[in-house]
Amino acid sequence: MRAKALIRLTFLGSFIAWVVLVFSDVTVLFSDIRGLRPDVPVWLPRVMFDLYVLCLFYYYKFKIEKEENLNFTDILWQVFATGLVATVISLALRLVLFLLGETALATNVLFVDVVYQINLALFISFLIAAYTSWKRLILYQKSKWLIRIWRVFEFTLLFALLYDSINTSLNGTLGTVIAVALGVVGLILSANMKWVAYLNFKQKWTSLLLLLLAFFYLGYFLYTVTRLSDFISIQSTSFLDFRAHTFSLSIFGFVIVYSLFSFLVILFNLPTSSVFEQKLEEVVNFQRISQSIQTEQNEESVYNILLESSVSSVFADAAWLEIKSASEEDKLYTYGISEPEARAIKDHLSTNKVKGVLDQSVDKTKNLSKHLGSLKGARFRSILSFPIMVKGDSIGTLAILKELPEGFNKEMTRVVSTFANQAGISIENFRLLEEAFQNERYKEELKIAKMVQKSLLPENLESDGDFDIAAFSQSADEVGGDYYDTIRINENKVALIIADVSGKGTTAAFHMSQMKGIFHSLAQQELEPTEFMVRANQALVFCLERGSFISAIYFVVDTANKTVTYCRAGHCPVLYYHGDTDSSEYFKDKGAALGMVKNKSYCKMIEVNSFGYKTGDIMVLYTDGITEANDNKGEEFGYDRLQQTLMEVRQKGAKEIQEHLITKLYEYSGTKDINDDYTTMIVKFG
Amino acid sequence: MVQIKRLQEEGIDTLAIIGEIDASSSIELDLSIAKSVGEGYKKILVDCGSLEYISSAGLGVFMSYIEEFSDKGICMVMFGLNEKVENNFNILGLADLLHIRNTKEEAKQLINELSV
Repeated sequence: MRAKALIRLTFLGSFIAWVVLVFSDVTVLFSDIRGLRPDVPVWLPRVMFDLYVLCLFYYYKFKIEKEENLNFTDILWQVFATGLVATVISLALRLVLFLLGETALATNVLFVDVVYQINLALFISFLIAAYTSWKRLILYQKSKWLIRIWRVFEFTLLFALLYDSINTSLNGTLGTVIAVALGVVGLILSANMKWVAYLNFKQKWTSLLLLLLAFFYLGYFLYTVTRLSDFISIQSTSFLDFRAHTFSLSIFGFVIVYSLFSFLVILFNLPTSSVFEQKLEEVVNFQRISQSIQTEQNEESVYNILLESSVSSVFADAAWLEIKSASEEDKLYTYGISEPEARAIKDHLSTNKVKGVLDQSVDKTKNLSKHLGSLKGARFRSILSFPIMVKGDSIGTLAILKELPEGFNKEMTRVVSTFANQAGISIENFRLLEEAFQNERYKEELKIAKMVQKSLLPENLESDGDFDIAAFSQSADEVGGDYYDTIRINENKVALIIADVSGKGTTAAFHMSQMKGIFHSLAQQELEPTEFMVRANQALVFCLERGSFISAIYFVVDTANKTVTYCRAGHCPVLYYHGDTDSSEYFKDKGAALGMVKNKSYCKMIEVNSFGYKTGDIMVLYTDGITEANDNKGEEFGYDRLQQTLMEVRQKGAKEIQEHLITKLYEYSGTKDINDDYTTMIVKFG
Repeated sequence: MVQIKRLQEEGIDTLAIIGEIDASSSIELDLSIAKSVGEGYKKILVDCGSLEYISSAGLGVFMSYIEEFSDKGICMVMFGLNEKVENNFNILGLADLLHIRNTKEEAKQLINELSV
């Protein structure tokens, strides 16, 4: 909004200044011809001229210089358009004068002065527009020094403008010095032509045309105002003669010199512009390949972009991409060539024992042109092949074809090999990304598995007036193979189990869920502990994989008789605390783990045991993760330490004993990062 | 983690296990035994003198061969187990299924008796 207001304000300012300029100039001229004293000061036209120039300067500054999204041809177009408007107005005026013919009015010096002033104003306006535009072009890719020089140039111009309004004659030495200085600086500035390089072929032609028209405007106006001022100066010199202005002449000189330079530079740059365009296209193609990973969905798109880019960058006629595949046949992607045709060339090269295109282990690019000459009926005469490397392995070959013989030079080879490398990187990134996604999915799956497994362990354990149970389980991995559970068989009997699947991780977790199924189905049947184990073994022996087994202890607590019957199958021995004698011991009994022995002899390898419990007795069940927990010196927690830990809290409740044990265990190992599953179940008889 | 050295003498293949056997190194043990069996040895001695620790997965390897050995008439005797390792075998009930002796001489004697 502000910029728009400023543009309007400056335009209005310049218009008012111009109107005052015309009236004052005509008045001064009239007075001079009549030999009268003018009513207005003689310096007024000159001051008004300065004001007009300054207002216009700012007007264009705001209009052209601040506009950001103008490209080079747009800038030239602006100059051209300004010139066109000015010229059309001037020509219209000419038409009016022509229609008037040789009337008194047409030859009246005052009228001619007005016409002259209009033309001069248009001319100056066009010059300033061109000047502002050239400034933008010169200062494209500016350096500190360039800005300084430009500033000097601009201030010298301003000085020239002010000097003109004081000194009316051109003869002053200072005027010459200023003109020479402006000429030198202007020439230096005119050497800044960097923008030309950024024009493409079409834009260069447009620019040439626009510049040519600008020359025409300049010539036309120069001719018009010179003729008019000649006419006036015959009668009087007391008018605003632009020829006496260092400023007007300098700015005209500068504009025409820079236009000329630009014209010539563009003209001579025309033949090389295709090279620059090609380089630019290479960069763009390169970017496309490197960015293809983020935007494209699959490797195939990367291959196609690679084909297109390489073909367009080296002006090739066709290309194919052969991608090695371990599982299926090698895939062929083609561009500008049919698949049979490509295969024919491949076969031809292989029958002639040419290594390179077919031999994917070759890691150097090869120019195979000479071998194509012997293939009949092929339209291609040049071929170039490149390996595509991913993580040091060649995943395929890129072949580029041309119909011309010897169609590839070193530069082209370099460009395409860069593309091939980048494509390799893109594909590698793509694969890594895929892998990362896959891993993320697995992690998510494991999280679910962990949740499912957590739910396999009982939330609430059976309790009775006679005993209280507390349990704890922590897996080393996402999922573990430890299991504990309780189930009420009848009013007086409760079954307890603790089990440990050999190994850890996912396999162990699957077997653990099998164990849960077995426990829940068999325990309901009020089986003797040995019978339970025999049947469980029977069930598991065919389910577990080779080398896997499950260790377990199965208890039946009978609260009516206050006895516990149990059977141990390869599990860690029970630690028992006798409340009456204040002593603890590990139960020694025999028993082989589940799933080890297939035949019926298993029943001979286990035994049933029972004991009576009294108030204050404690039964500690645990898995080997606890006794085998290492401290930082590699020493195991062991059975003695476990016993000791129990003795420290023997008077406490089940929950407190369990918490104490786990705290002690973590303290001992000194890390949260355990390497085996910790599981314990404490039964306190009350 | 584990190093397994094989030594053949008098038709007996002796496997000396040095180090610890856990879930990952148990694969190596499995491979060594399988190799010995594959080469046709009927008498296998396992020297556990330098076996410092064995996890359930390692025990599972020995266990998994019990049936195959009895089918093929192969004898395997272990010796030199340290207290901790032996305890692990005992707890699991493997001591009844495998032949375990204290010294190499005893083990050799047993293997020769068994294979007669």
